[in-house]
Amino acid sequence: MLRTACRKTLLALAAGLLALPALAQNGPRAEVIHWWTSGGESAAVKTLADAYRAQGGQWVDMAVALGEQARAVAINRIVGGNPPTAAQFNTSKQFLDIVDQGLLNNLDDVAARDGWDKFLPETVLNVIKVKGHYYAVPVNIHMPAWIWYSKAAFKKAGIAAEPKTMDELFAALDKLKAAGLVPLAHGCQPWQDNTVFTAVLTNVGGRELYLKVLRDRDRNAIQSDAFKNVLLTFKRLQGYVDKGSPGRNWNDATAMLITGKAGVQIMGDWAKGEFSLAGQVAGKDYGCIAGFGANAPYIIQGDVLVFPKTDKPDALKAQKLLASVVTTPAAQVAFNSKKGSIPIRTDVDASKMDVCAQQGITIMKDKARHLGNGEIYLTPDQNGALADILTAYWNRNMPVEKVQKDIASALKN
Amino acid sequence: MALAKVWSAKASWKRLVPWGALLPMALTVLVGYLGTALWSLRVSLSSARTFPKDDFVGLAQYERLFDNDRWLHSLQNLAIYGVLFIVACMAIGFLLAVFIDQKVRGEGVLRTIFLYPYAMSFVATGLVWQWVLNPESGLQQAVRQMGFSEFTFDWIIDQDMVIYTVVIATVWQASGLVMALMLAGLRGIDEEIWKAARLDGIPTWRVYASIVLPMLGPTVATVFVLLFTGVVKVFDSVVSMTQGGPGTASDVPAKFIMDHLFGRANIALASAGSIVLLLMVVLLVVPLLVLRSRSGDAKGHG
Repeated sequence: MLRTACRKTLLALAAGLLALPALAQNGPRAEVIHWWTSGGESAAVKTLADAYRAQGGQWVDMAVALGEQARAVAINRIVGGNPPTAAQFNTSKQFLDIVDQGLLNNLDDVAARDGWDKFLPETVLNVIKVKGHYYAVPVNIHMPAWIWYSKAAFKKAGIAAEPKTMDELFAALDKLKAAGLVPLAHGCQPWQDNTVFTAVLTNVGGRELYLKVLRDRDRNAIQSDAFKNVLLTFKRLQGYVDKGSPGRNWNDATAMLITGKAGVQIMGDWAKGEFSLAGQVAGKDYGCIAGFGANAPYIIQGDVLVFPKTDKPDALKAQKLLASVVTTPAAQVAFNSKKGSIPIRTDVDASKMDVCAQQGITIMKDKARHLGNGEIYLTPDQNGALADILTAYWNRNMPVEKVQKDIASALKN
Repeated sequence: MALAKVWSAKASWKRLVPWGALLPMALTVLVGYLGTALWSLRVSLSSARTFPKDDFVGLAQYERLFDNDRWLHSLQNLAIYGVLFIVACMAIGFLLAVFIDQKVRGEGVLRTIFLYPYAMSFVATGLVWQWVLNPESGLQQAVRQMGFSEFTFDWIIDQDMVIYTVVIATVWQASGLVMALMLAGLRGIDEEIWKAARLDGIPTWRVYASIVLPMLGPTVATVFVLLFTGVVKVFDSVVSMTQGGPGTASDVPAKFIMDHLFGRANIALASAGSIVLLLMVVLLVVPLLVLRSRSGDAKGHG
């Protein structure tokens, strides 16, 4: 018994010793530029690297802090003729210009072989498919507009049940205020103001209005009373933030929930990383609301990898292998458990993921609830112009009609 | 004959040497400055987004730029900031220089202290300023804890006051440099003038105001040009202190341009913005330089 075990170990060791150098020399080498640099993020990208290595590849990590910087590095290297094997972008129109310039390899054969059409959400497919070709492999799905709440703060304010509607949310915020707590933990930075707006647009405006405004850029919808109501509700939430909110980072706002100083935060599911770092458990110490009602939309945001143009057979091999590894269920669960996002496919074993992620995966099974975030429908430029107007409205007193007019003109071109 | 030839060859060689030495600098100016400025101008007339494009859309980007509330607001901020920053730096810098010029003890130490802020990166000091000015954790909180519970100093989160906090922090940083330049100017003033003024019984402040300051004209002009270019490209202080916020209340043109250059992938609009900034510098600084070189010529010939 012991002897066989010993022999097996020895054999495995020998095989390992023989195999390792061979792998290191011959495996397809993938250099990947990404901006997954925070604690949870680098743990997540490590699982991806491990999955790729397990398939015999060599992973060369090129982490660049901050999305803008990482994308600038990737674009400069692509234009300069020294492209990486793969580069991270958001699930958005960010890489459309590079596709138009013919600087990316398409992944049509990988997509056909692995059957992407069968398991990827349509919203994601619409982004990665340009003129009938697949140009990016999705890595994860983040939902940017979760409503988080601290159970300790709710208890202190005497709020018995989780809010089920927008009105109940406002009632809860009033109670938190009365209890001397900060009702809404928020950092007034343009993108965070935008996150709150997204949550209001889906929960108050609804799916139809959301698509009309952000996807169709419909002037009438922007000028409608329904959209005016969305803007007014958005502005009403501003009355529940504290004085220290301008410039605050999102994780400092999450910390206010963790310490029980504040009640509610509207933020993407990356906030879970902060809660788990503080040893808090979803469903026990804090709650998560994806949206109000059984049909509330689930907003899709996320990251993709694109594969710059190359003719080198080795690089092509690496690109195809990586594109295939990323979408496998095991790699998906491993990566997204660390990242705080959910897998790009719903046919995975989610039993080991937290309750919020499980809730997200369940919602994703209903196609009618999928919605892209602003970046998916708007160019970076339009999206930025919209963010400027919303953040100005959040911070200043101005008539809502002017905001509607400004948004209409910003989304015109 | 042969000697003359050698002589003239030597002379022309001698004439060539300075030009040869200037060549790298000339190339840098032509390619590095002029070339890239022209390139920006070209891009600003196209519809380029992530990549430069060859088409021509006239002044459409400039129209869009001046139709943009955020850009106009950032220009307004730049004007407020520029005037206050330059005036405050000049005044404080000059007073500091006069103070040190009184042959105070520990001059070297004081000079170092005054100049120190300028030696530090604003990315770091800006963060400290942000903490000091934050009403929840900084100065306001400290004074309140000392017993003045009504004390309020929350400019950094106030839409209308935030730009003044940037002025305060950058004046703190740049005054030392102005002091150093002004002090060098003061030390260049002839002792005889002071002796003569003393004989005539003119009060010291009057000598500074009516005699020394006019004599410092060239120094003041240099300081002005330095500060002015600093104003036009102000970026790091705003980013590190307020990130342009609250909202976009403390936005400046350079930040607008950087946002559009990278995050928003609109290099045409960003280039249009930078050309506008370049024009501002050219329109304000060039007449000043011409004026100075004219007066210099006049002196030279007189």
